[in-house]
Amino acid sequence: MSTAGLKAGVDVITGAVRRPRLNPSRIAVIAVTAVFLIAVLRLVTGANDLASSGALAAAIGLAVPIGMAGLGGLWSERAGVVNIGLEGMMILGTWGAGFFGYHYGPWAGLLGAMFCGMVGGAIHALATVVFGVDHIVSGVAINIIGAGAAKYLAARTFTGTPGGGPTQSPSLGNLPSFSIPGISPGLGTLEQKQIFFVSDLAAILRALVTNLSVVTLIALAMVALTWWVLWRTTFGLRLRSCGESPVAAETLGINVYKYKFIAVLMSGTLAGLGGGYLALVAANIYRDGQTGGRGYIGLAAMIFGNWRPSGLVGGAALFGYTDAVQLRGGGTTVHAMLLLLAALIVGIGLWQILRKHRVVQGVVAVAAGVLVGAWYFVSETVPDEFTGMTPYVATLLVLAFASQRLRMPAADGLPYRKGEGH
Amino acid sequence: MKAALNLRKVGLGLAAPVLAILVAFLVTSTVLLLAGDPVVAVWTQLLTVPRPRLVVAIINGASVYYLSAVAVAIGFRMNLFNIGVDGQYRVAAFAAAVFAGQGWLPGWLNIIVALLIAVMAGGLWAGIAGWLKVTRGVSEVISTIMLNAIATGLVSFLLSKVADSTAGSNVTNTKTIPAPSRVPGFAMIPGTPNKVYGFILLAALVGVAYWVVLNKTRFGFDLRATGRSETAAVASGVSVKRMVLTAMLLSGAAAGLVGMPLLFGQDFSYGTTFQPGLGFAGIAIALLGRNHPVGIAFGALLWSYLEQQSNGLQITVGVSSELVFIIQGVIVLAVVIAYEVVRRAGLRMEQRHVARQLSDQPGPSTPQGASA
Repeated sequence: MSTAGLKAGVDVITGAVRRPRLNPSRIAVIAVTAVFLIAVLRLVTGANDLASSGALAAAIGLAVPIGMAGLGGLWSERAGVVNIGLEGMMILGTWGAGFFGYHYGPWAGLLGAMFCGMVGGAIHALATVVFGVDHIVSGVAINIIGAGAAKYLAARTFTGTPGGGPTQSPSLGNLPSFSIPGISPGLGTLEQKQIFFVSDLAAILRALVTNLSVVTLIALAMVALTWWVLWRTTFGLRLRSCGESPVAAETLGINVYKYKFIAVLMSGTLAGLGGGYLALVAANIYRDGQTGGRGYIGLAAMIFGNWRPSGLVGGAALFGYTDAVQLRGGGTTVHAMLLLLAALIVGIGLWQILRKHRVVQGVVAVAAGVLVGAWYFVSETVPDEFTGMTPYVATLLVLAFASQRLRMPAADGLPYRKGEGH
Repeated sequence: MKAALNLRKVGLGLAAPVLAILVAFLVTSTVLLLAGDPVVAVWTQLLTVPRPRLVVAIINGASVYYLSAVAVAIGFRMNLFNIGVDGQYRVAAFAAAVFAGQGWLPGWLNIIVALLIAVMAGGLWAGIAGWLKVTRGVSEVISTIMLNAIATGLVSFLLSKVADSTAGSNVTNTKTIPAPSRVPGFAMIPGTPNKVYGFILLAALVGVAYWVVLNKTRFGFDLRATGRSETAAVASGVSVKRMVLTAMLLSGAAAGLVGMPLLFGQDFSYGTTFQPGLGFAGIAIALLGRNHPVGIAFGALLWSYLEQQSNGLQITVGVSSELVFIIQGVIVLAVVIAYEVVRRAGLRMEQRHVARQLSDQPGPSTPQGASA
């Protein structure tokens, strides 16, 4: 088996990439459009939690660990190593945060989380880079080891501590958080006025300047740093060349093993940071099963973001938002999103019919959209079990609509042996 | 010469699992030492001869794991990573339990139709991922993981709708399967009243079918060819998209059977306490068994053995039984690494062997060194 998987169904994009590059003005246009859509949806459905600063702050909190896992995936996949073990590395990070955070304070906890994630990364690097094992196999094994090791170590180290037990740590100290003074109250009053679009924008800005955890800022810095290192330095160019064509990189004298190893270690460190955020900031405590599959969602966010930092932030924000909305508003808010979904599917169906002349797909899509719309109008709320699925359904839908336009690093997941590229 | 070659092949084949178990032993011991747990006591507990009651539990657990691993292996053989067995078996077990619990059909007929429903439900759930892959190019790794989470929500929603509410109990279950439609067990192990699942035969049957279809049919050949080289398969006229969809449906169908021994041999209904996590164990066991029907059987037994033996760790030596996950994970990783190392060693030995033979031959042909 090779990790690259089957190519069936994936359009091979040759020559110029069809997707236009995301420059700042495009990102701004997309963001404003998204806010506008949500504002319209809020007005039509009356589900005010769609754009309250509380929900958006929760969205940021949920997006950070997903984004860090995704950023970890980005590092490793840009160097050609598929990392499905992000979940396991993240779990190791939560334990590291709990253990070091309890004994040596929250900052040590953050470093401990990154260190434990890096240990997971080191195992993955050892297996995939040094021994050339299939990347997904190694990742699956790391997920098993990570989950088991965290539970075992938690039982070993937290049993009998004050407030802790075999499955959870004592409560951990707080890391500082910031608000930008002077702006937040003004935005709050603007948000209260419920003016179309303006209040929504104010709510977003307010969420962005109020009570931001220092780890959120570190995470944002990590995204920027990743972009700069990978796309603006010689080191980054070499690292990415290992993911595109390791053989070509080798002929230019690049030590491919070294770059892949560094990338996977970095990947584990970032995943560990995501786990550390969950334990130290989101919960103030280590708990068994705290990650809840966020490592996998991070991987999906990275794929959705087309293996680019900016796209990844968008993906993480989307998943964080859907998760936050379902957690806070529950049934009614997710119910409101049905309307948006219905409109989107109908729109895509019409586009298929009118522009692409694919009548069958178009009619199926329109029918599906009408069904979802009917569901919206005949029901008052969505059952709790369904709201819990929101982020996963969103992931599937987004990938289904976007997947064929994505391009992964050319040698992603392929085994590489030094001196065998001929 | 031929005999020597075979001997070396057998030696190399055995070297990998032995090496892996040795590595797992060393790594686990190191972890125990670092954590300050009693190393000797832990291994004594894990390696004692299991009592008859436990032997039955080990065999029963292994038969369920076996089905799960075969389901995963079907995908693996053609390079498809069906991580979604976990969701597929739960959707299927729920559907089968709802039908069988109604007791519309008598005795065995009820069981057979329920099995068919399980197979179809599992296949359909996996089919979503297959369809997304062939039409939209969505990686099955991601989509099956998402479908696992969606299955959890969907099943718990439907369960709350059909639950057989017993007064004063907050356990939610589907209706209990009537007594004539239960599969009797075998009293195989002396010294305990516990019985081995009757559906161990189902597991064996699936194993045989897996072997026959993959090794003795045109379809199996196409499937393996696609797994080895997609381009070669396309060149020989295989429709890869159709193969992906079929393999995914088959894998899901097999996954649909995973919960059946539990449903008809032990629980007799599907509820919130139905055994979770069988799909992920299946992935690891398929890797352990190298996707071979016999290898998987050994892998499943080892997995189940470790699990049952570790249950006593907490009571007897005061060590968290979660330790078993570390052992299991390390074994999986060590096995794949060991196979890779042994494969390379074998390749080098082969190359030296051929080179020696060539240099022994008279004539101008000088060995060029084998190209990898």
